[in-house]
Amino acid sequence: MDISQIILLSLKVSIVAMLASLPIAFLLAYVLARGRFAGKILLDALVSLPLVLPPVVTGWLLLLAFGNTGPVGRLLNTTLGFTFMFRWTGAALAAAIMALPLMVRAMRLSIEAVDRRLEGAARTLGASPTRVFFSITLPLSVPGILAGAVLGFARSMGEFGATITFVSNIPGETQTLPIAIHAALQNPGGEGIVTQLTLTSVALSFCALLASEVLARRSAVNKGHDHVL
Amino acid sequence: MSFSVDVEKQLGDARIALRFEAAAGITALFGPSGSGKSSVLNMIAGLMRPDRGTIRVEERLLFDSMAGVNLPPEQRRLGYVFQDARLFPHRRVRANLLYGYHLAPEEARWMTCEQAVDFLGIGHLLDRWPATLSGGEAQRVAIGRALLSGARFLLMDEPLAALDRSRREEILRVIERIRDEMRLPILYVSHDRGEVDRLAASVIAMPETATG
Repeated sequence: MDISQIILLSLKVSIVAMLASLPIAFLLAYVLARGRFAGKILLDALVSLPLVLPPVVTGWLLLLAFGNTGPVGRLLNTTLGFTFMFRWTGAALAAAIMALPLMVRAMRLSIEAVDRRLEGAARTLGASPTRVFFSITLPLSVPGILAGAVLGFARSMGEFGATITFVSNIPGETQTLPIAIHAALQNPGGEGIVTQLTLTSVALSFCALLASEVLARRSAVNKGHDHVL
Repeated sequence: MSFSVDVEKQLGDARIALRFEAAAGITALFGPSGSGKSSVLNMIAGLMRPDRGTIRVEERLLFDSMAGVNLPPEQRRLGYVFQDARLFPHRRVRANLLYGYHLAPEEARWMTCEQAVDFLGIGHLLDRWPATLSGGEAQRVAIGRALLSGARFLLMDEPLAALDRSRREEILRVIERIRDEMRLPILYVSHDRGEVDRLAASVIAMPETATG
């Protein structure tokens, strides 16, 4: 087992999962925070579903939809020649789906905390709704966006159940840190590797949490007001 | 007429209906809290849509329910000074002052940032964050921000209510100078008789809001 390969793969999967879900998470958070439409409760529940479903169920559903015989999987395969099955991209997809609810929650709180009266003030100063969004709403939501991103990254690093169900355990392709730890535990005499991987895992998660705290504090201290999360 | 307003709006159980015309200078909208004064300002600013009526400022039609005219706030060319200054917390004082200035078309600007800073005596605050300002300082910045946006008239919603006595006097003098030197029409909301008597050329008493 090549530890650095496992770590690099885990980082790649988690970073791609986090970056790809960032805009989607923000859009969902914005719609849930500000939108008024029928079915909002349903959308809210749907987004949160991976949080409460057994991860193995989420993985199975991903397999049904994105597997080579599934509707989305077949479409991607025939049109783009792209497949998620047994590829690191599939691991990233599973991680993104599992991280999405946490990211949406953090961002939604921060969007809801934006004082809408400031947006009104900006309108009277000559700003169109689009400009208000980019100059007021978005920058004031940044602490929540960063917190959501870090949380999403950390959750992706820890993702196991959905990933192993969806893309299995292929060293060098889908064998991320937790899956490697699980595999090493099955081998007699694998304790040494398990210890190394575990320490790495703890260190990475700790750094991510530390980073999120530092980011939140810095954006709060600079401006002399309390941050919202 | 500087302001020519005739609006009606049902807000929950309360019905706001007000009609007035006002000449140059400061016009005070006077009445107890909860009588809908701020709602009237919000309707004139375009932040709240009246159910029915017309709003004209300096002969410019801003809203007419019959004709289907409803200019968005960013096209009404107004300066709104709120009770809480509502400065943008993520921008320093200088960036707050320039927010509306940069958005205003060149021909609409009638004051430079330097002039506003001198007029309000806020040169030492430019690099500060809004959260570090006192109430009086924040209110002066808010007034500067409104003037710099190329405003043709001002709406002031209890701009002194959150200040202590000595700061009040400072801001009152600023408002008097805006009235006398810049000759901007101002609609001034207050529940303080003293302020109103000192500032306003005419006083509109808010009618009791009808319930039901």
